[in-house]
Amino acid sequence: MVKVKRRRAVISRDIYVACGSCEDVCPKGAARVIRGSYAEADASLCIGCGRCEMVCPAGAITMEVAE
Amino acid sequence: MKPIQPIKKNWYHYLWIWSVFYFAMGFFNILFAWLGLISFCLPFIFAFGYGTKDFCNRYCDRGQLLRVLGGQVGLSKGVLMPSWIRSSWFRYGFLAFFMTMFGQMLYTTYLVASGIKELSETVTLFWSIRVPWEWAYTAGSVEPWQAQFAFGLYSLMLTSAIIGIVLMLLYKPRSWCAVCPMGTMTQMICKLRNKE
Ligand code: SF4
Ligand code: SF4
Repeated sequence: MVKVKRRRAVISRDIYVACGSCEDVCPKGAARVIRGSYAEADASLCIGCGRCEMVCPAGAITMEVAE
Repeated sequence: MKPIQPIKKNWYHYLWIWSVFYFAMGFFNILFAWLGLISFCLPFIFAFGYGTKDFCNRYCDRGQLLRVLGGQVGLSKGVLMPSWIRSSWFRYGFLAFFMTMFGQMLYTTYLVASGIKELSETVTLFWSIRVPWEWAYTAGSVEPWQAQFAFGLYSLMLTSAIIGIVLMLLYKPRSWCAVCPMGTMTQMICKLRNKE
């Protein structure tokens, strides 16, 4: 059986600028700005579409293979 | 880049209209530039009052303008800015530079108010290029310092808007937000305010 690798968004707190671009385009409400400081992508909701990575101006989001 | 739309359309996605209105009105009457103070105060109200960057996340007219032009119309190349522009030292360095220029603008206003300097009916782009703008001001309609402040604020707003648009064209739509002094300051406030 072919095992499909799941991708998910991982957001770096160090370079995140909290502009909210990711939140605006996330179809699952997974990417959220937390208290104006950083963002999180809820792994249980993220479908790995990569839309947030496309718009992030800071390059804070990377798509990684889920465990 | 391939156009990318917000998931849910909200009224604030149309706030880019305010940006267009602001610059258009300042072209005809420079005193409208005073309204730019709204964009200076609101981010701080959200950051100090609520500990959020809701202004950036939703209500910033500039952020919406760059999103629409770059992301929706598709004028942006959509590539990531070089890492040195995205680095912390550049971000904080640009904030320091911008605040120095803002201070200088206030000082010029003070000099005009105290009669040491004459009102200059020009818009200064990139802190050095003086563009004649005298048609937008009727001499004597307000105190000279009030007009000077308007010219100064408009210069700052127009310069940063042009930088934002160039970054939008060359890189990702909201690349300006990675270096925006308002965004940097409000994030610092939020981080301090929400320190666990
Ligand atoms: S990859 Fe898609 S689903 Fe996951 S956080 Fe980013 S935009 Fe949301
Ligand atoms: S970072 Fe600056 S331009 Fe971007 S949304 Fe915030 S205030 Fe507006």
